[in-house]
Amino acid sequence: MEYHLQTPLKIEDIEKLNAGDIVYISGEVLTARDEAHARILEMEEKGEKLPFSLEGAVIYHCGPLMQQTETGWKVISAGPTTSGRMSKMTPPLLKAHEVRAIIGKGGMKGVADSLKNRCIYLAYTGGCAALAAELIKEVKTVHWLDLGMPEAVWVLRVEKFGPLIVGIDAKGKDIFAEVRGKAEKVLERLQK
Amino acid sequence: MSPKLNRETFIRSIADLLRKAEIELPDDVVEALRKAEAREESPVAKSQLQAILKNIELAKNHGVPMCQDTGIMIFFVELGSEFHPGFDLEAAIREAAALATREIPLRPNAVDPLTRKNSGNNTGAGIPDIHWKLVPGKQLRVTVAPKGAGSENMSALRMLNPTEVGSIKNFVLETVINAGGMPCPPLTLGVGIGGSFDKAARLAKETLLEPLDNPMSDFEKEVLEAVNSLGIGCMGLGGSTTALAVHMKTAHCHTASLPVAINIQCWANRHASVVFGGEE
Repeated sequence: MEYHLQTPLKIEDIEKLNAGDIVYISGEVLTARDEAHARILEMEEKGEKLPFSLEGAVIYHCGPLMQQTETGWKVISAGPTTSGRMSKMTPPLLKAHEVRAIIGKGGMKGVADSLKNRCIYLAYTGGCAALAAELIKEVKTVHWLDLGMPEAVWVLRVEKFGPLIVGIDAKGKDIFAEVRGKAEKVLERLQK
Repeated sequence: MSPKLNRETFIRSIADLLRKAEIELPDDVVEALRKAEAREESPVAKSQLQAILKNIELAKNHGVPMCQDTGIMIFFVELGSEFHPGFDLEAAIREAAALATREIPLRPNAVDPLTRKNSGNNTGAGIPDIHWKLVPGKQLRVTVAPKGAGSENMSALRMLNPTEVGSIKNFVLETVINAGGMPCPPLTLGVGIGGSFDKAARLAKETLLEPLDNPMSDFEKEVLEAVNSLGIGCMGLGGSTTALAVHMKTAHCHTASLPVAINIQCWANRHASVVFGGEE
């Protein structure tokens, strides 16, 4: 099935989706990778308020390549980064905020339970940064540029961003875990 | 007479070489990806391969880097014994790296490993990484391979026991399963066998430069077939092509050791070369 979603996302928007479905997102997405996740959790612990809202938000695991122009920031290249690095920091982040979708690549080991009834994981083709840049229509603002260009939180307006594959749905089905399970079985057979 | 090289011309050529490597994939890599797309039966994997092919075309047409991870710069320099540049090649390469970062532009990726402070221009201690090789002849050959972190992070090195030659294949398979979709398959696998701890890793990296249509040995074919039988597929979403090629290089090693290094390369097997100097 193919779905077109508009942000901010409601729980009803995502609970109907199944692993393997194709999704396109329009609206706003926020980039966040290693350092931004660490800072979000640090502020959470200190009880400080974030400079952006994560309620109904779409987080994009991406460290974009941007260029500053006279009129603002321009996206040069902005594909997904490896989500696995954010696996440990994601469950506490989802506890504190109602993030409804995470876009990344490579899947997230051990996160399916935390996503259940809350959030979905969307796989975007790794390395397809020129394609992604075409679908990002505007850099709305940037937070935490002190973390460096790749690690800052970029607020992007996107149109029909995709194709995204539902890698982990809100019912706990995880394509990456299934593929890995099958590969391990093949290896066992080869070792015999 | 040794050929003369102008420093400014050299820096310009290296910056242009970086632009080429970041924007355009070698023909053999594009061809291998096209073939993988044509034979793929899983609709999800096919959609991913189609996105990759579309991305390659867009990057080329728009003159932008194909991936936002423009990598750290790995250079392979073959300096002919009769070629005398007359200036500090390493300093010139560093200047070219900083120039290309500004011009193209490239994402500044080089950070201090402990403070994580970004240098802002892709240079730093030991970066760009330059592999030097002295060769006979009158030419200077420079190859650059920008290497992304997604695939580099999933690479592995193991000091096997000398009696474990039979488990090299297993080590490759375990490494590929552990990597899953994270290094952006379809992969190229460079396997360095023998030498020493660091030599094995260098061999593995050099092997990634080999054309993908180079004939493979029986052992390389056997490992490639086993890797693809795992079904990890494009981006780890399942499918028939997990790797495009497996290339191995060996070096003699200590009788008591068997170092094996596996350098994983994502689908964007970026590299480009330029030659300075006269005919051999």
